[in-house]
Amino acid sequence: MQLIQNIPFISIMLSILAGVFCFASKAKLAERLTLGALAAITLMSAALLAELWQTGESFIFSMGHFPAPWGNELRAGVFEALMALAFSVVMLLSLIAGRERIYDDIAPARQGLYFLMINLLMSSLLALIYTNDLFTAYVFVEINTLAACAIVASKDTGETITATIRYLIMSLLGSGMLLIAISLIYSVTGHLLMDHIRASLEILAAKGSYEVPLAVVILLISVGLAIKSALYPFHTWLPTAHGSATTASSAILSGVVLKGYVILLLKIFYRVFGLEFIHQLQVANLLFAFGLAGMIFGSLYALREHNIKRLLAYSSVAQVGYIFMGIGLSTATGTVAACFHILAHAITKPMLFCAADGLMETSGHSRQIHDLKSAGHKNRLAGLAFTAGSLSMIGIPLFSGFVSKFYFATASLESPGKMVMTLLVLALSTLLNAMYFVPVIVTIYAHEDEGLAQGEELSFADQFIPEAEPEETGEPPLVHKSPVSYKLTMILFILLNIFLGCAYGPVLEIIERGLLMF
Amino acid sequence: MGGNFFTNYVEISAVVLFCIGFSTLLFHQNLLKKIIGFNIMDTAIYLFLAAKGYIADSDPAIIVDGILDAGRYVNPLPGALVLTGIVVSVSVTAFSLALVLRLYEKYGTMHMDEILYLSREDR
Repeated sequence: MQLIQNIPFISIMLSILAGVFCFASKAKLAERLTLGALAAITLMSAALLAELWQTGESFIFSMGHFPAPWGNELRAGVFEALMALAFSVVMLLSLIAGRERIYDDIAPARQGLYFLMINLLMSSLLALIYTNDLFTAYVFVEINTLAACAIVASKDTGETITATIRYLIMSLLGSGMLLIAISLIYSVTGHLLMDHIRASLEILAAKGSYEVPLAVVILLISVGLAIKSALYPFHTWLPTAHGSATTASSAILSGVVLKGYVILLLKIFYRVFGLEFIHQLQVANLLFAFGLAGMIFGSLYALREHNIKRLLAYSSVAQVGYIFMGIGLSTATGTVAACFHILAHAITKPMLFCAADGLMETSGHSRQIHDLKSAGHKNRLAGLAFTAGSLSMIGIPLFSGFVSKFYFATASLESPGKMVMTLLVLALSTLLNAMYFVPVIVTIYAHEDEGLAQGEELSFADQFIPEAEPEETGEPPLVHKSPVSYKLTMILFILLNIFLGCAYGPVLEIIERGLLMF
Repeated sequence: MGGNFFTNYVEISAVVLFCIGFSTLLFHQNLLKKIIGFNIMDTAIYLFLAAKGYIADSDPAIIVDGILDAGRYVNPLPGALVLTGIVVSVSVTAFSLALVLRLYEKYGTMHMDEILYLSREDR
């Protein structure tokens, strides 16, 4: 047990150290270092998860062995270990799948720095997952913001720099709100460690004092982190940032970076304030309403989009809406469903971005959907992955998206006031998802001459026809050769997605137990 | 209420400054002034924290004459937080200035709306 308790700290430190070495080395070496570090973190997180699952315990690691009220702490339970594992796997796969594009899009002098930023991003995400200290969380939120902005800006076109500055400004507003909220908590309780704040808040709640300041604090933290994770009315920065960056960046940003803040918000809700206090203040209802709005409006914006990467980016807005809706249901099952959706989306969206990249490669890197006609025949694996990802997003059984939608619906039955709204919006959003994903699937499998009208309404069964088509065509036009690593990651992504969609039982149990340990 | 208003003047000015900085960062169209707004916002938070750490008639938290009684000193932790925060905001400022410079080289303006318009043509 003693050795395994060092894993959270070692993983964070390993990413930071790999980043430092990347700064001094050439691009190829930096890539190897980064992939090696990520693989090591994946293995260590898996070991940690297995160990904690067996013992059923969680532990607190004091940095430098300073005792509690003064020292800095990391905390790990099965939930944290699972998230760390998922994030490192997604990061690793997205990097491998997008590596060709990294070398195309980024100037040679800056390629090494790109991997430095990836490492910083990974370390800050791990720190957000594991930390037990609010101010440490703030510092790593800022590191995360800077690294995320830098991997958008790395492509260095007018579009990406503009996207970056918008992203940066919105993020800074969010972190400003987070910082003043943390200062307020500190001035009220005198603590920064989550457990100690919780203890003093309980005393305050018994006395009934400081209710207004604490309500302001919760509101500031919720809005601040919602801006950073692109909850609907604060999503304006997302489509350009995710839609214009290089493929690996888009995949990583939408797959893991958005989720890091959601996990921090969950930790603050559970471990700092306690759920009762949150429910008393109606914050959950606010998040619920914004989540529902996001589910619908994100999809509506996506419907209008002709640019495939922006379409996927708007779909992320809708998916973040799902997650906040689940948290807003304010039941244990709702939060479990939201956490499962964090995983489902983290596996699916990067796959879609990488598959879209493979498809765009066949048509001269055009991001317009109508230029992707019959791209699914030219790069079959990318086409297959895109289809699988879309079906998962729509919520077809066997894929991970179905499980989370099913669990959202089940969870809504437990909170009667919100049931009707949740079920209606879930149904509507599923329909909208199908309306913008199916035309894309049809387009990528259409034959060059056929010219299927875009946006055409299709029946449910039509979705499955395209998959059979490649075999029927006599001579596939110019099959695109993508590197083996790309193919392998695509297959792994699809398998992971189906794994989450079929063997969801243990995963849900891990999340459930992890949340109980909080 | 009135009495609190007078004794808490540091906190009140910190919140006012925070609001000024926040709205400048959010609403101002000039990118350079947005960055200035960000700095005002962060500095306001540091003022708030520093005010929280100060205890009237106490010494700085440095042991000089061998006095180990904690009651004699101000709370040193907010000072440490402010230092960390300053490091963060310096690096954020440097990064955003670099981005603004790059945008100015590309589009010849620092006006957010104009940049958005020009980059839309770029796409």
